[in-house]
Amino acid sequence: MVKEIERAGLTVVHMCTIVPISLTVGANRIVPTVAIPHPLGNPASDPKEEFELRYHLVERALKALETPVDTQTVFDK
Amino acid sequence: MIKVVHYINQFYAGIGGEEKAEFKPEVREGVVGPGMGLNGLLKKNDMEIVATVICGDSYFNENLEEAKAEILDMVKKYSPDMFIAGPAFNAGRYGVACGAIAKEVSEKLNIPVLTAMYIENPGVDIYKKYLYIVETKNSAVGMRDALPKIASMAAKLAKGEELGTPAEEGFIERGIRKNYFAAERGSKRAVDMLVKKISGQEFVTEFKMPVFDRVPPAAPIKDITKAKVALVTSGGIVPKGNPDHIESSNASKFGKYDIQGVDNLTPENYETAHGGYDPTYANDDSDRVLPVDALRKMEKEGKIGSLHRYFYATVGNGTAVASAKKFGEAIAKELIADGVDAVILTST
Repeated sequence: MVKEIERAGLTVVHMCTIVPISLTVGANRIVPTVAIPHPLGNPASDPKEEFELRYHLVERALKALETPVDTQTVFDK
Repeated sequence: MIKVVHYINQFYAGIGGEEKAEFKPEVREGVVGPGMGLNGLLKKNDMEIVATVICGDSYFNENLEEAKAEILDMVKKYSPDMFIAGPAFNAGRYGVACGAIAKEVSEKLNIPVLTAMYIENPGVDIYKKYLYIVETKNSAVGMRDALPKIASMAAKLAKGEELGTPAEEGFIERGIRKNYFAAERGSKRAVDMLVKKISGQEFVTEFKMPVFDRVPPAAPIKDITKAKVALVTSGGIVPKGNPDHIESSNASKFGKYDIQGVDNLTPENYETAHGGYDPTYANDDSDRVLPVDALRKMEKEGKIGSLHRYFYATVGNGTAVASAKKFGEAIAKELIADGVDAVILTST
């Protein structure tokens, strides 16, 4: 899906936990996430901290969308 | 007697489904689950499964390095002559785990390894150049068909016998070329092929071209604070009750859902339709998969122009590549028509 969306000309960032799969599939902007059943959350932390974690990961995704890339890039910081 | 160590996941070990996918590596003497049928076939070739390593699929994939090290230690203790992982069929995380651990064992212990999965399993593309992977059907229905193929190839590999072509043995092509003496010379074969091609008959090429389906990266967003951002997910987030009946695996469709005025995905209103991962966390708070709450806050703060009125969702569990491609094309078309600038796609 990521690839088809990008092929159509839209800038897309893939947020996922298993980065090797995303690389194999062909996503160009990748943001690694927390865990498979809760990529953008952590049920072990309190709700406020959890929201901050999610907010921070989405910020990273926005940064990825604004960053020029010429090859597959993993935004891990 | 050729000693074999077998690797399976928590599901095939009978420990549990997704709620147990965090199960840490454990080794048991002898056979477990599908190892029983496999062992029966291996014994005919003087081979035996001496131990079975079990690991949860999520644990393996989320702790790749630790899991590989722990499992390698377990395998080492049995000084096996051969290592077999799976079959994983079309289970993505299981396939990646089988591929990763088989490669690790092959490199560190220098013994023959073998795994088995469905051609579309993501583990195939990642590991086929390193490993022999027996091709299976896409679900455990193909177990009976897979085990004899695995046993036969395992025997050949363990005994150092020469393998036939991928088509003869039933493994997935690795892109390795082997010299052989053909009955007829090249020019004759080429002309025969050409004649068949011209007359519309089937022919088998001797020089397969690799398929590289890569999309060049799209241009960056100039100013994200002015951009209309859309959310798409393969994590199965849907309004409570799953109104479009998106299938929990091998989805045949995607859904489009209006989130105008929705600041937060609550357990009363949203859930996941996705099978194959523990849905507890996503059902408690779907923002953990589809970050509507964070993007709404950013919209208010002016960090993005706006959040698109609709989100799109499907289930990425065992979904055929052809279906995902079709969904992606259809979604992109609508997003472009709606003036969306950028997409955040989340996966579980």
